Amino acid sequence: MAVDLRPSDRFVDRHVGPDAREEAEMLHALGVANLDALCAETVPADIRLAGALDLPPPVGESEVLAELRALAGRNQVWKSFLGMGYSDCFTPPVIQRNILENPGWYTAYTAYQAEISQGRLEALLNFQTMVADLTGLPIANASLLDEATAAAEAMHMLHGLAPATADADRGGIFLVDQACHPQTIEVVKTRARPLGIAVRESDPASADFAALKAFGVLLQYPATDGAIPDFRAVCARAHEAGTLVAMATDLLALTVLTPPGEIGADIAVGSAQRFGVPLGYGGPHAAFFATRAEWTRKLPGRLIGVSEDAHGNRALRMALQTREQHIRREKATSNICTAQVLLAVMSGMYAVYHGPRGLKAIAERTGGLAAVLARGLERLGVRVRHQSFFDTVRVDGSSAEIAGWMKAAAARQMNLRRLSNEALTIALDETTTAADVERLWELFGPNDQARTAISVDRLAGEVSLPWGTAARTSGYLAHPIFNTHHSETEMLRYMRRLESRDLSLTSSMIPLGSCTMKLNATAEMMPVTWPEWGGLHPFAPPAQAEGYQAIFRDLERMLCAITGFTAASLQPNAGSQGEYAGLLAIRAFHESRGQGHRDVCLIPSSAHGTNPASAVMAGYRVVVVACDDGGNVDLADLAAKAAEHRERLAALMVTYPSTHGVFEAGIKKITALVHEQGGQVYMDGANLNAQVGLCRPGDMGADVCHINLHKTFCIPHGGGGPGMGPICVAPHLAPFLPRHAFLPPAMGSAEQSPSSPDAIAGPVSAAPWGSASILLISWAYIRLMGAEGLTRATKIAILNANYIAHRLDAHYPVVYRGEKGRVAHECIVDVRPLKKLAGVEVDDVAKRLMDYGFHAPTMSFPIPGTLMIEPTESESKGELDRLCDALIAIREEVAEIESGAAPRAGNLLKNAPHTAAALLAAEWPHPYPRDRAAYPLPFVRAAKFWPPVGRLNNVLGDRKLFCTCPPMEDYT
Amino acid sequence: MSAQQYPDDLYYTKDHEWARLEDRDGQKLATIGVTRFAVDQLGDVTQVDLPKEGETVKQADVFGSVESVKAVSDLFAPLSGKIVKVNSPLSDSPEYVNEDPYDEGWMIQIAVGEAKELDGLLDAAAYQAFLREQGE
Repeated sequence: MAVDLRPSDRFVDRHVGPDAREEAEMLHALGVANLDALCAETVPADIRLAGALDLPPPVGESEVLAELRALAGRNQVWKSFLGMGYSDCFTPPVIQRNILENPGWYTAYTAYQAEISQGRLEALLNFQTMVADLTGLPIANASLLDEATAAAEAMHMLHGLAPATADADRGGIFLVDQACHPQTIEVVKTRARPLGIAVRESDPASADFAALKAFGVLLQYPATDGAIPDFRAVCARAHEAGTLVAMATDLLALTVLTPPGEIGADIAVGSAQRFGVPLGYGGPHAAFFATRAEWTRKLPGRLIGVSEDAHGNRALRMALQTREQHIRREKATSNICTAQVLLAVMSGMYAVYHGPRGLKAIAERTGGLAAVLARGLERLGVRVRHQSFFDTVRVDGSSAEIAGWMKAAAARQMNLRRLSNEALTIALDETTTAADVERLWELFGPNDQARTAISVDRLAGEVSLPWGTAARTSGYLAHPIFNTHHSETEMLRYMRRLESRDLSLTSSMIPLGSCTMKLNATAEMMPVTWPEWGGLHPFAPPAQAEGYQAIFRDLERMLCAITGFTAASLQPNAGSQGEYAGLLAIRAFHESRGQGHRDVCLIPSSAHGTNPASAVMAGYRVVVVACDDGGNVDLADLAAKAAEHRERLAALMVTYPSTHGVFEAGIKKITALVHEQGGQVYMDGANLNAQVGLCRPGDMGADVCHINLHKTFCIPHGGGGPGMGPICVAPHLAPFLPRHAFLPPAMGSAEQSPSSPDAIAGPVSAAPWGSASILLISWAYIRLMGAEGLTRATKIAILNANYIAHRLDAHYPVVYRGEKGRVAHECIVDVRPLKKLAGVEVDDVAKRLMDYGFHAPTMSFPIPGTLMIEPTESESKGELDRLCDALIAIREEVAEIESGAAPRAGNLLKNAPHTAAALLAAEWPHPYPRDRAAYPLPFVRAAKFWPPVGRLNNVLGDRKLFCTCPPMEDYT
Repeated sequence: MSAQQYPDDLYYTKDHEWARLEDRDGQKLATIGVTRFAVDQLGDVTQVDLPKEGETVKQADVFGSVESVKAVSDLFAPLSGKIVKVNSPLSDSPEYVNEDPYDEGWMIQIAVGEAKELDGLLDAAAYQAFLREQGE
């Protein structure tokens, strides 16, 4: 007998849940001979991929880590003084290990099921409170993707607030302070173009607001070159002219500078990155957005609010969801869905850990060092431009001097920012040391004698804090949450306490349809926090990021092989941004052929709400296509609508397999039909995980698709972000992928040019490669799995879904199936009949599942009153059986209501979830025993997850909105 | 369903709005709201968005929206006319719509522009027949 010499750390069988025995049992239950026979019944033959995916052979876990170590070694982490909204900081190790590196936090889903999400909801409420306090604006959301897109959202919101003009075709004028960060200006311009908004760059101090009649203006505070302009007069003049003011700002600066709300800003946006989140060559980081109370309902993104549970205790939830795309679709305030929850949690915790005094000390130390640096430079005869600044010192000089200083900095592995031929900036941060300042002086003062006359210690005694009259006088973060957990022991326990209130993949499967809550393997996650990946500034010269560049090239090639396309962009920072970037590519393609008038976007009624919201942002008119009784796109309706709009047809957006969980047989007909009428096909990659290795969007006739790396390719959901949404395109769309036109500032091109004027598709994210550091996760996953492993994962995902459909069908009918009776990677089960039979609604089933230790499947999407279950390949049969057992047991509980054995009100379902406090109360008024409420099946007893609060009062939360930390006596 | 759920003195639309007509100083006024059926479908109302006094509405066009926790529904004008009054207390107390859709939960009052538009509206009996037809 031959010996098996394969290494023991092979990954595929670790990623895939069912083992050979479980696989055989499930196949037997389904009555199919093997996986291939099942797939033949599931995936239409005319789209099946003939060969294997062209991917490198898989490696084991130790080897993938070794490869990533080697690649990490090709990144050079120079000392960054680049600034521009990205500042290095210390990630407190207690936060790094217990949040960023902790699956209890990073594997949680978005907090739709509020009762089992109270921990991160509290952490996000802290984030909102922190942002509201520091900006001086009362309503803050629970994060956006990056500072530049947050600024674009601000423009969009102000545009919506502007009174309708007589000339409805004109999108109006939006002014942008020329001292904004250049990447922000570019992203705002990209966003403005399809909406018909004219962006004008200007100096706000001299802008003639009355003449321009702009609907809004964007200011940068402090300015990109470090200055602290006095914006009070600017805000007053803008308001007089009916122009509203958005201000991009810096949270650390706001601990010492007068906040935007006191200056007159209507909106404040920015990045919370420097509150404890690594640079990561661009992200992920949480952006923030705050505004006045009267515009709460116009706010983009998620908003956490305070309400009560059924027992009258304080309980948190996501408020005002009716603003969002999943409900309001093409009328949504924004297409944003996934945000940056994990990073917002980290930044909020950074503020909890340091408290207001600690944060102010960091700001004063950073600003103090900047003042010392500036004074020293002046002593060395260097021209320092601004007398009032926070952390960024601007130096002016001749072009020869600037070039010389840049060169000297590079020789010492320091990245300065060349602002122009005659100016550079040096931005300091929390990590800057006195030694760094002295090394900076060396660049400017080669004369040792002059330099020995100055020292950090000596000058520290001479200078004062460099912001003078801009100093903040109002207090902030007075809430006890920010004034208690300052020792590591207290901090550790606070974070652990919150973590224990949340259900994550560390407890049980999260069977959310369309959300693909698969394994986020430890080996995939580990490299993200290595300093060689985390420490790079997004605008560091590419030559310092060879490791990253190699990852990008590899990943683009891998994703193209998987999707059947030829070019990719890794820039979009979330699935929604991928949709938007893909539609912009289609738009630019049509324009390039003189077909810019094409503006109709067909969208099936079953589509995710992001699709219509993105289409509107891309300047398109949404025309809805019906679905037939089988849940498929109604081909006759599609043909009719495509023909009706043939002159103006721009695109069809289609999800495959459909959001109904079926591989539609007609997909090739659908794409052909749209092409015949001159349209392009956008494939929504939300369900790409059912295709990998079996079929490819490019082969079905799609022209572009986005890929949710946080679904198919293992980036964790983080409780509601980060995500990544790269797009892959056919060759004819490749020229229209999003650009990031401005060159990295330290690269030394003759003139730093933020944009090439003919750029058709500008940037959609602040950083050229979006949230670059988490691309490592997807790269590692594909490297660990190889073509065969990825294909096996897809097949097992299909097997698992069909097994669940098989087990549940007799109890909850499966709503849609393919032509041969199979579902794809997820299935919709019907709960609607229970309402008439027993007065039970889908919410009741979802909440009762919590008592069994499970997170509910997707509720009421795509069909109201149903549950959509997606098991993924990572769940074992044992876990699937537990979920099915729980759902079947709940059906039996409903049957007791039907028969009259249990009442229609006050039963096990209506009272769910049951908290420990309710179960231990002296009084027990319910007709069922306590232990049946708490331990409905034997497996629950073995590892009980206790919901920390009872059923949320959603109505109260939306009627009486409260979105910052409530008084301390409400905390239990 | 009891008669009180659908008062006899109102006009109804298939979009589930009602209108109450009155004459004041020779001017025909219509008070407008949503029906009990609409309220039951919506669940607890959390927000009502209404136009301003002085604006005009057109029959069958959207004039506002009502929100519950999970849904936003457009409001369609049963009649054309100029808005003379808006039920502003709804902005702080949207629950009036649930509690009393025909009285405290009214939404706007308009000066009716086209009296003949009334011909296209349903009376209480016809509206209830329509609901039965819809299987409700």
